[in-house]
Amino acid sequence: MIYLPIAEVSVNAALLLGLGALVGVLSGLFGVGGGFLITPLLFLVGIPPAVAVATSANQIVASSFSALLAHLRRRNVDLWMGTVLLMGGLLGSSLGVMLFNTLRALGLADLAVQLLYVAFLGSVGLLMLRESLGALLRARSGAPPARRRRHNWVHALPFKSRFRVSGLYISVVPPLGVGLFVGLLAGVMGVGGGFILVPAMIYLLGMPTRVVIGTSLFQITVVAAFTTMLHAVTNGTVDIALALLLILGGVIGAQVGTRLAGRLRPESLRLLLALLVVAVGAQLALGLVLPPADPYSVEPPT
Amino acid sequence: MRWLLLLLLLGPPARAEELVLGLSASEVDITATFDGSDILVFGAVKRDRPSPGPLDVAVAVSGPLRPLVVRHAERTFGIWVNTASVAVDAAPSFYAVATTRPLDRILSDTEDLRRAITPARAIRAVGTGVANREDYVEALLRLYEAEGRYAVEEGGVAFAEQTLFRARIALPASLTEGAYATRIFLLRDGAVIDSAETSIEVRKVGVERWLYRLSVEQPIPYGLLALLLAIGAGWGAQAAFAAVRP
Repeated sequence: MIYLPIAEVSVNAALLLGLGALVGVLSGLFGVGGGFLITPLLFLVGIPPAVAVATSANQIVASSFSALLAHLRRRNVDLWMGTVLLMGGLLGSSLGVMLFNTLRALGLADLAVQLLYVAFLGSVGLLMLRESLGALLRARSGAPPARRRRHNWVHALPFKSRFRVSGLYISVVPPLGVGLFVGLLAGVMGVGGGFILVPAMIYLLGMPTRVVIGTSLFQITVVAAFTTMLHAVTNGTVDIALALLLILGGVIGAQVGTRLAGRLRPESLRLLLALLVVAVGAQLALGLVLPPADPYSVEPPT
Repeated sequence: MRWLLLLLLLGPPARAEELVLGLSASEVDITATFDGSDILVFGAVKRDRPSPGPLDVAVAVSGPLRPLVVRHAERTFGIWVNTASVAVDAAPSFYAVATTRPLDRILSDTEDLRRAITPARAIRAVGTGVANREDYVEALLRLYEAEGRYAVEEGGVAFAEQTLFRARIALPASLTEGAYATRIFLLRDGAVIDSAETSIEVRKVGVERWLYRLSVEQPIPYGLLALLLAIGAGWGAQAAFAAVRP
């Protein structure tokens, strides 16, 4: 048991190390930050929500940076693409925070966020599930893998740029747009957005799956670092003691995840991520529909 | 006129029964390995004449007060949504009452209202705006009791020979920093005969204190420290793994 100075609760250290490791594996494997998983898990352990959100951002910096370094060594990171996505993302998240405040003023924030979440996780997850299952079955039957569409409207746009690591020569407008959109959702929903960014890079931008993971980690590291500072300065809700426990587990998990990612086929990777996204979406949907343990809840004032 | 003068000369009548109080500790230190703590509240009843009837003792320990919001969720269009809420101006973060006998037999409602002894009375200034305000207070009490924040221990005070009393108050592992007001009441026939008040100082020490103060007083260096730890650990793990299996 260890007492956390900011959260003001006493928790089991081994349990938090394990949680950190679990999310770290997912980071290294899929290139997602894991905020959508670690934050609700921390609620369950009894960490106050504000501290859980802020501190998981800090943990995500560690595990995604660790995984990013591993992917950099394997030359799986498209830094130029990452920078373009990031520029769109920072703009998008500022807009998203503004939109969130408007929704909150209207008293719709909670519901809007939850419904958005379920809708996005559900649709993105099911689409990925269908595509990756198809690809996997084709590979199993020995047929040549279907070429994903390389030429669509995306290629007709101006401001073309060469993204060498991704093997793409496309306009910077789509990556900027994807970054903006993901940033917008991240700002509204309060998550890093990796689970939307990864499919968007695979299916909208046509990047190779392995490069997508490394590049997504680059974007997530920067966004999470920014979020951590924001929470530390404005709310004072980052708990370093809690973060340290999660980080120790997280960085080790991230390394394990990265090695696993190197062994799995891209189709299997996409299938696993799709299953995870669908599972989280279904769990959230159930939470909305099933009656809560107690219809009343106590919170600090907002 | 003469009667009034006489009253003034005599002064207030000396109390027949008085509390003498002791605490096992006036401070509780929260260290990194803090795992809850027991506070022993003890004392005696001082008498200058024979007792007119049996007495009871109640001990109430209250953590720092803070504002809260109690929300109520309802099913609308098949989805559970928070539909209404009540703001509470000040609710103790921790509240424990120990007594010699069941509270409803030793304490009258009026006296409870005046002295705010039970947890329900310790919650102050519950907001309006809903018809069923009592339901929200009840829910708050229920939820906090389940969390171990509020506790009523009837029979938790040992009272020897109607003179020496002692109560053990268990402070949970998840404790908030601050002054814990500790009140002791001497009761007879539902009324308070005498009371005493003291305070237990709960505070973080060592690393806990240093981190907490840094996060409040210097948030920018604190945030940078958090990032530095994250980046350092991330790099360290990568370096270690690369060394083991290049």
